[in-house]
Amino acid sequence: MSAPVEIKAKLGLDVFKPGKEPHIRIKPGLERDPRLKPAIKACPAGLYTENAEGEVLLSAEGCLECGTCRLLCGLEVLDWNYPEGGDGVQYRYG
Amino acid sequence: MDQFDAIVVGAGLAGLAAAYTLAGAGFEVLVLERGDYPGAKNVSGGRLYINPVRDLFPGLLEKAPLERYIAWEGITLMAADRSVQMSYTGRELREEPRQSYSVLRSRFDRWLAAQAEKKGATILTGIRVDDVIKDSRKVTGVLAGGEDLRAEVVLACDGVLSLIPERAGLRTPGMPRDHAVGVKEVIALDAGTINERFHLEGDEGAAYLYVGDATRGRFGGGFLYTNKESLSLGIVAGLGDFLKDGQSPDVPGLLDRFKNRPEITRLIRGGTPVEYAAHVIPEGGFRALGRLWGDGILVAGDAAGLALNIGFTVRGMEYALASGCLAAQAVLRAKEAGRFDADTLSVYERLLEDSFVLKDFRNFQAAPAVMENPRFFDHYPETIGDLLRDIYAVPAGPKERLYPTLRKILRPGEIWSLFKDLKAMARL
Ligand SMILES: Cc1cc2nc3c(=O)[nH]c(=O)nc-3n(C[C@H](O)[C@H](O)[C@H](O)COP(=O)(O)OP(=O)(O)OC[C@H]3O[C@@H](n4cnc5c(N)ncnc54)[C@H](O)[C@@H]3O)c2cc1C
Ligand code: SF4
Repeated sequence: MSAPVEIKAKLGLDVFKPGKEPHIRIKPGLERDPRLKPAIKACPAGLYTENAEGEVLLSAEGCLECGTCRLLCGLEVLDWNYPEGGDGVQYRYG
Repeated sequence: MDQFDAIVVGAGLAGLAAAYTLAGAGFEVLVLERGDYPGAKNVSGGRLYINPVRDLFPGLLEKAPLERYIAWEGITLMAADRSVQMSYTGRELREEPRQSYSVLRSRFDRWLAAQAEKKGATILTGIRVDDVIKDSRKVTGVLAGGEDLRAEVVLACDGVLSLIPERAGLRTPGMPRDHAVGVKEVIALDAGTINERFHLEGDEGAAYLYVGDATRGRFGGGFLYTNKESLSLGIVAGLGDFLKDGQSPDVPGLLDRFKNRPEITRLIRGGTPVEYAAHVIPEGGFRALGRLWGDGILVAGDAAGLALNIGFTVRGMEYALASGCLAAQAVLRAKEAGRFDADTLSVYERLLEDSFVLKDFRNFQAAPAVMENPRFFDHYPETIGDLLRDIYAVPAGPKERLYPTLRKILRPGEIWSLFKDLKAMARL
């Protein structure tokens, strides 16, 4: 796993406009669902982590809105939307 | 309640191409974009091939803010401990009209949006479309920021996740195996250093692809493109692999690993990373295309699945530009007919069939299956690396004759499977 600090530093290069509420959430009670596991490795921003209890946690701050977790985990375990208009990552190069 | 001739969801290439074409024909077009500005959410590698789309936008793309024209192509088979490189340049790549350019989407999309606005399109940014509005079965508008916006037709150009066509009932969420994730760093480097390092002159650019260990032998690859004053470095990795086993590498680590390969470090040395981006890419090809039209709605670009990976190119931008333009042409025909029902709008598919877009998708429909072959990403880069290692090796003692050296690696079983793989590639 690339060290979390390294990803943080990379995300620090990007411009984000924080939203009021997280735009992606793990559905309550499904934190241990195996369908969440692939996102731990696949999320390019490293936002999915697993705690000692085997629960998957997500902090949507720093989300690159790439869509990987929506496709890999699916909508049965995630509430997934884009951030509200004007919020979230704003690429300056793309 | 506002009424427009057409509402375009998404100011990416597909949406802006559609808006440019429609506004040019005198349509009242509203483009809604959730980013702060057009391009704010968009990522590409980015190589744009001009030839297929030049005639769809007469006189336009010549003025676009393109980065460098690609005069040098490079492909590297990357094994764990070595790599084999091939490069190609030719007069045909350097002479006008040039076939391919590197681009940065944030700049390019903003410019294209300005051109559409000059034609009369209205582009509102910072607005997320949340749903479509339907009267009985026909789409008659969209819901955005709590407002009802009505139009004769809606063009869903909202990119790979295609949430608007999903809301309209035209498709269900995509499958991981039909997608790849691309992650990319833009690394600032001065033009002089880029030219010297990549043996370029003036506006010449280089495009390097890396197959094999760039994605740790899994489906996908790495890329390095030169921009005017920066490099675009990234990897593309098939999402299907992440579901197969617990062994999949982590995506951010994969990019770092690629970045730290000796073949790459010397090319990016002294550069300053200025952005980190990620985006999913549709790669399911013809089989995975979504529905292209419905009552009162058309789908263009990534939203329809119109991107194609045929190994040495990932192309989506031309298909987005062309499908946006052709969707607009379909709308103009529907306007003439005075009806925007599914039947009338289905002319869009015929326009796509007659253009390079669906011809390419049909011609390359075997590409996803052919490229699922893990040997291309694992076995061949290693084997060809071994072959070169042994051919070039000069040991302390006597050097073995070349033929036995070759035979050691190209065993009958190896030749047989190479033959089979080449035969499968004949479907491309
Ligand atoms: C890493 C990477 C490398 C690539 N390399 C290449 C390459 O070298 N060459 C190539 O041709 N292609 C490449 N592609 C593919 C190419 O980038 C896409 O095919 C192309 O961007 C598709 O354009 P589009 O207009 O369909 O979608 P997008 O560019 O994704 O535009 C969709 C737009 O819709 C907006 N939107 C989405 N939902 C809403 C909503 N609800 N409300 C309002 N707005 C919304 C988005 O903000 C966005 O602006 C690459 C992709 C990636 C990720
Ligand atoms: S959309 Fe992409 S960046 Fe955001 S949480 Fe999902 S995988 Fe991570």
